[in-house]
Amino acid sequence: MRYAMAIDTKRCVGCSDCVVACQTENNVPIGYCRDWIVEETIGAYPDLALEIRSERCNHCEDAPCVRCCPTGASHIAEGGIVMVEHDDCIGCKACIASCPYDARFVHPEGYVDKCTFCLHRVKDGKQPACVSVCPTTAMIFGDIDDKNSDISKALKTRKHKTLIPEAGTKPHVFYLL
Amino acid sequence: MGKMNRREFIKIAGIGAGGMVAGASMLQAFSPFQIDSKQILSTAIPGVTPTYCEICFWKCAGWVHKKDGEAWKIVGNPDDPHSNGRFCPRGTGGIGAYTDPDRLKTPLIRVEERGKQVFREASWDEAFDYIVEKMNKIKKEHGPECMAMFTHGSGGSYFKNMLRAFGSNNIAAPSYAQCRGPREEAYMLTYGETVGSPERTDIRNSKCLVLIGSHIGENMHNGQVQEFTEAVASGAAVITVDPRFSTAASKSKYWLPIKPSTDLALMLAWINVIIEEGLYDKKYVEKYTYGFEQLKKSVRQNTPEWAYPITTIKPHIIRETAREMAKNAPATLVHPGRHVTWYGDDTQRVRAGAILNALLGSWGRRGGFYAPAKAHVPKPKHPAYPKPKRDWRDAHDGKFPMASLAISQGICDATIPTLTRDCDIKGWIVYGTNLLSTLPQPEKTLQAIQALDLLVAIDIMPAEITGYADVVLPECTYLERYDDLRVSPGRSPNVALRAPAFEPKYDTKPAYWMARELAKKLGLGQYFPHETMESYLDERLKSIGSSLEEMKKLGVKHLPNNENELYYLDGEDFEFATPTGKIELYSTALAEAGFDPIPKFTKHEEPQDGYYRLIYGRAPMHTFGRTTNNPNLNDLMAENEVWINPKVAKEWGIKNREYVVLENQDGAICNKVRAKVTERIRHDCVYMVHGFGHTQKQMARSFNKGANDTDLISRINVDPIMGGTGMRVNFVTFRREVA
Ligand code: SF4
Ligand code: SF4
Ligand code: SF4
Repeated sequence: MRYAMAIDTKRCVGCSDCVVACQTENNVPIGYCRDWIVEETIGAYPDLALEIRSERCNHCEDAPCVRCCPTGASHIAEGGIVMVEHDDCIGCKACIASCPYDARFVHPEGYVDKCTFCLHRVKDGKQPACVSVCPTTAMIFGDIDDKNSDISKALKTRKHKTLIPEAGTKPHVFYLL
Repeated sequence: MGKMNRREFIKIAGIGAGGMVAGASMLQAFSPFQIDSKQILSTAIPGVTPTYCEICFWKCAGWVHKKDGEAWKIVGNPDDPHSNGRFCPRGTGGIGAYTDPDRLKTPLIRVEERGKQVFREASWDEAFDYIVEKMNKIKKEHGPECMAMFTHGSGGSYFKNMLRAFGSNNIAAPSYAQCRGPREEAYMLTYGETVGSPERTDIRNSKCLVLIGSHIGENMHNGQVQEFTEAVASGAAVITVDPRFSTAASKSKYWLPIKPSTDLALMLAWINVIIEEGLYDKKYVEKYTYGFEQLKKSVRQNTPEWAYPITTIKPHIIRETAREMAKNAPATLVHPGRHVTWYGDDTQRVRAGAILNALLGSWGRRGGFYAPAKAHVPKPKHPAYPKPKRDWRDAHDGKFPMASLAISQGICDATIPTLTRDCDIKGWIVYGTNLLSTLPQPEKTLQAIQALDLLVAIDIMPAEITGYADVVLPECTYLERYDDLRVSPGRSPNVALRAPAFEPKYDTKPAYWMARELAKKLGLGQYFPHETMESYLDERLKSIGSSLEEMKKLGVKHLPNNENELYYLDGEDFEFATPTGKIELYSTALAEAGFDPIPKFTKHEEPQDGYYRLIYGRAPMHTFGRTTNNPNLNDLMAENEVWINPKVAKEWGIKNREYVVLENQDGAICNKVRAKVTERIRHDCVYMVHGFGHTQKQMARSFNKGANDTDLISRINVDPIMGGTGMRVNFVTFRREVA
């Protein structure tokens, strides 16, 4: 079992619903976020293209944040989900410095926080909050080890990319192009 | 001139600060007349409560969740056709409307203290007595018609009921003359029916979608955005006409970066190509339409070559896109738009789109416009209203013959005293609309306000308008109250319930209760026969074989849909509710009223050197200025930016993200606003999202953040057909701001 997410840049309108849904679902304090939107304009007027991406922790297979964590608070949980055990986190910020995606932040309560792929929901058989709310159904979440999952099918049929592949972290959030 | 300043703007922050905390309101909740909380609220509130969203007019239905007794999240109801179980960011962030610490907390009355006007906290009883005394005085001295109302949102209906019972129908909603009025009249004139809300557009089945300035995706009209992405994903050819490379443009097959104010020329050229190349639906046109020959003659000159220098869109692109539309017809939808009050000839421009749809045969066809099924849910009866001696039409002596609803700025004008008018409007009730940003020409709005004997503002937030009120009535949010049922026609007619998930915070109350208490004191209690919303809703629901109890479990209930066909059958006979019984390509009603029966292009004024046309629009996470202080939504976008083409920015030496101030042709200026230097906009216009630049300190998060486009809309072009206020007729230049 290997959880992953595919986000369809053709569908996404950059509305940020995924951001606010994550905030309410996970009680992320105002002023912080576990996911965010990036808009990239390509070209010059009038020959333009726009890529909109909903970004978050990439739940990397080769996760630098896990490697550098001195206490083992950052670890790889079931399905390859990168998690932070709040009680073990000493707030040293080594992981924050090592993450090429700037996906982590220090929660006002002192521990490092980031996207959990909504493991608490996934365990209940639900989709992550951001996936379930997206008005344009731009996101697919699932098990890429299962050849018949929606995400496996999407990755098979659609052109896709990951972010900063050169960092060699083997990210597990894919962008359908 | 002293009179002009009679009504000083009171910053709500200025009231004895300590008084605004919950402690004081708690005391007031038990005085001066005891209210049984059960009258307002059901006793047992479950962990999950059905609601329909009030953050915008789309009214998506969903569930409010609590965790450990605290507000947690709102999620869509999968049974709800408005949302299909997926709220938009504003609806998801609706929780912030409830938790916002800057909310109004208690009734306020304007008083004079040591030569300065301030608000003092008042009990509900005092506030009502004050209003009733003034209303009765206005009635006695000037007649009940001299009370007027502006409204936006669900709770307005109870105040409307109260005002009609009082004897006035001077009731205006800025959503008409400042927004979609021209669209409703254009479709009425052409098809004898309006487009409605949610729109009857069959986008999910469209193979070709034409968007004219309609920035779907930036406007989060939820169901529509969902269908738009479905259509895009299934390969629909989208043609976006917009001076800005909007999100929708980025998903389009064709982006036509038109010169602003020339859309009608492009549409006439499309009509020309479709007729001249014989691309129209001949059977449909023959069977259903009136005036084809006149239309053909009228657009003969409007060739793509004629349109090119006007619109800057190349002739071959105009032809190609016209053919694309025809190729996919009748599953081609020329979207009617929503906010269409742009240049003052808006009814005519929207009518050109309606005509295109008729030529393509898409009205009543799959992928075009469907025929919504009716939803009939009778309302409990109340006594008949008295007939007012004067009504809103008298406010603008015979002008705007096609207006079917009251025109806000007409009411505003009728409030400013003149020598000729025998009766001015003396009192306003303003429900849920911040008139200083919803109406153009804020100076005029202020002038009218200064002439009033009574201004009552009912709001959740201390929006700017509340600072000018004599009495402020704090409403609780939609998450803390019942409201009338949401009754939706459409593909699958249904009703939705809004029940309170929380007790009203502070000393706030639902609008129903306020309007009923006021009515009782005005001796009009018989117009509110139901003591509580619960009994009203239960009676109404029983009439369709449901009940309040059932709806609390369902949230949304679908109504039986007897034999409604969504689309016209092939060759079906159909009588349209127009004078000729046909789709009027040539409008007999317009001809009779002395207007162009077929749209004609007139050139609009253009910006002078160094000036740029100001256009404005929406962002997906905000509903105008109503959400800018919502903690969750403010987090997503705290201030707006002014979009500037890089060439223009270079000329002025403006850097990306730098603050600038804009000044319009009349010298009006706005608050400082960040420059977004972007290739995504033409060089002859600038753009900003509407709803920012608040001046009310009490709204701590949004105070002084970004600019208010309305401050720059000192000029309007009024649509002579129905009174819509064209607002994209202002030109701005830059003033550097020291950051
Ligand atoms: S909710 Fe969906 S459409 Fe909106 S920004 Fe997130 S991924 Fe994009
Ligand atoms: S998966 Fe869950 S935690 Fe991660 S961004 Fe989405 S909602 Fe937030
Ligand atoms: S579209 Fe968004 S704001 Fe409007 S009613 Fe639906 S969820 Fe609420």
